[in-house]
Amino acid sequence: MIEHERDGQDRWDAGVMSYVKMGYYQADYEPKDTDILAAFRVTPQPGVPPEEAGAAVAGESSTATWTVVWTDRLTAHEHYQAKCYRVEAVPGSDTTYIAYIAYDIDLFEEGSIANLTSSIIGNVFGFKALVALRLEDLRIPLHYVKTFQGPPHGVVTEREYLNKYGRPLLGATTKPKLGLSARNYGRVVYEALRGGLDFTKDDENINSQPFMRWRDRYLFVMEGVHRAQAVTGEIKGHYLNVTAASMEDMYERAEFAKELGSVVVMIDLTVGFTAMTSMSRWCRDNGVLLHLHRAGHSTYTRQKSHGVNFRVLTKWCRLLGVDHIHAGTVVGKLEGDPGMVRGYYDTCRQGFTEANPAHGIYFDQDWGSMPGVMPVASGGIHAGQMHQLLDYLGEDTILQFGGGTIGHPMGVAAGATANRVALESMIKARNEGRDYLSEGGAILRDAAKRCAPLQAALDTWGDVTFDYTSTDTPDVVATPTS
Amino acid sequence: MRVTQGTFSYLPELTDDEIAKQVAYGLDQGWAVAVELTDDPHPRNVLWEMWELPMFDLLDPAGAVHEVNACRQAFPDHYIRVSLYDASYGRQTTALAFIVNRPSQEPGFRLERQEHADRQVRYTLHSHATDRPPGQRGGGGNGQP
Repeated sequence: MIEHERDGQDRWDAGVMSYVKMGYYQADYEPKDTDILAAFRVTPQPGVPPEEAGAAVAGESSTATWTVVWTDRLTAHEHYQAKCYRVEAVPGSDTTYIAYIAYDIDLFEEGSIANLTSSIIGNVFGFKALVALRLEDLRIPLHYVKTFQGPPHGVVTEREYLNKYGRPLLGATTKPKLGLSARNYGRVVYEALRGGLDFTKDDENINSQPFMRWRDRYLFVMEGVHRAQAVTGEIKGHYLNVTAASMEDMYERAEFAKELGSVVVMIDLTVGFTAMTSMSRWCRDNGVLLHLHRAGHSTYTRQKSHGVNFRVLTKWCRLLGVDHIHAGTVVGKLEGDPGMVRGYYDTCRQGFTEANPAHGIYFDQDWGSMPGVMPVASGGIHAGQMHQLLDYLGEDTILQFGGGTIGHPMGVAAGATANRVALESMIKARNEGRDYLSEGGAILRDAAKRCAPLQAALDTWGDVTFDYTSTDTPDVVATPTS
Repeated sequence: MRVTQGTFSYLPELTDDEIAKQVAYGLDQGWAVAVELTDDPHPRNVLWEMWELPMFDLLDPAGAVHEVNACRQAFPDHYIRVSLYDASYGRQTTALAFIVNRPSQEPGFRLERQEHADRQVRYTLHSHATDRPPGQRGGGGNGQP
C-alpha cells in the first residue's frame, strides 16, 4: 500500500495513500471519556510498519477505504475517523503488536451489538496487509453502556427468584446429548433435580430433531421439573433450548416453555447477536431467565493471533443481556488459562473491572449499575475438584457436572447428591475459616463418610485431571509478591 | 420428605456452635443477621415471618444463637432459618441463608396437575402445611405467625 504513495502527494490528491498519512494514526491523540477503545493484536505483513498496520485497522474499521475519496471533505471527517493512538510491541515477539484504537461514540447505534460488531470486526479481519488480527479487549464507555439494558434479571434477581443463596448453583447437561426419547430425557431431568441439582440443561445441539421434537421434550421435561420441586420444596429449572431456524420458531418455543412454568430458557450463540437481543427482551418481558450456550465461539476465540478474545464476546453478551454464559472451568476438559478465565468471570460479574494484564484485561471497564451475568462452568468437572472450582470461580457461578452426575455408578440422583454434598461441605468449611483449598481433599473425604454417593464419586473420578497447555495465555504473568 | 432449601440442607443439622461459626463469617463480611420462621415452606413463600428485626449491629455471634434458641422455644415445630444480609452497593440481597429448625414431621407438598388440551398440564404445588388455618397447624408456640 505505501509503495503506491507518490512523493509530495497532498492529503486530498486522488490515489492511494498510507493510512498514517490519512490521519488514522495519531500518537498525540488523547482518548475522550466517551470513546470506545479497542486493543488489537496485530501481525503485519513483512515490511508493513506497525504504526501503518494499526492505522490501517483504525481506517478499515471506521471511515476509510483503500484510496483517497474527496467526499470525506463533505464531512467532519476528523471526528468520524478512528484513531490508532498507541502501538506496543508484544513482549517476546518481533512480529506482533498491540494497537490501541479510539472510536468516537457517534460511530455506533445505541443499544445495537450488531452495529458495534459490524464496525469493529466487520471488514478488517480479512485485510491483506495483515497476516493476522485479534480483538483483545474493548473499553465500552459508560455513556454507551447505558444504551443497553443488560441481563434480563442478573445475578442478584436470579438468586432472589430461585431463593438460593451463599453457594454456587449446580447443574448438569442431559446425556447422551443426542438420541434420547422425550420420556427418557424427562427421567434424567427428574433424577438429577430430585437428587440435589438446581438446574438441568439441554445441550447446544438439542433443538427439535426426529428422535425428539421440541414440544414432546418440553412436556416431559417440565413434568420432571415440577415433580422434583414437589419432593424437595426447592425451585428447580431446566434450560429448555429454544434455538431454532427463525425468530418465529424461537418465540413459539419460548412461549410454550413459559406456559408450562419453566423458570428458564436457553439459546445458542449461533443464533446471532440480534436474535440474542430479541430473546433477551422477551425474557425480560416474560420473567424467564435466559441461559446462553457459547456454541461455536472457539472457532474465533481460541487462537492467540487471530479472532476475537472471549472477554470481548462476554462484554457484548452482558450488554445485549443474558443471565447465564458459559465462561470456562480452568480445571475441566475445555480450554482455559486460570488468569484468563478469571478475567472472563470478572467481566461477567463486577460493577467495575480494573485493567489487569495478568488476567488479559487491557482497560478499566465501568458497568454502572448494570446487573452481572452468572458465569457457567461446564465440561469435564467433577465433585473431587470442588475446592479448586470454588477457589478459581467463586460463589456466583453455576457448576455444571454433566458426566459427573449422569455417569455416577449409583445412578443419576446419587450423582447429583454427591455434587451437592461436596459443594455444601466446601462452603461450610470455607465459612468456618478453614484453608479449604489445601484441605479440600480431606474435607471431601470427611463428608463422604456420611454420604456413600460422594465416596463413590471420589473413587470413580477423584484423580481425573485434564492437564494440557492453554493456547490462549496472557502476555504478562503475575509475579508472586510473597 | 426433607425440604432442601437453604445453603446446608444436604448436611447434618448444624449444631449451635456451627451456627455461630457461620454467623461469625457473616459478621466478618459486614452482613446483618436475621432469624425468620414459617409453617409453610412452599418454595414460592419467600416472606417468612421475622423474629424481631434484623441484627445490624451485632458484634458477637452468640447473640444470634440466643435469638435462634428463643425462636425455637416459641415455635419448636416451625421452620426457622438464619439469613445473612449483604447491604453493600451492587448486592443489597441475602448472602447466605440456612435452616436451623424443622418440624418433627415435615408435611411436604402435593403436585396438582390440571390437564388441558394438546397434552398440556398446568402444575401447582400444594403445601400440605396450609390444609389448616394458621394457628391450628400444630407446631406449638402462640399460633402467630
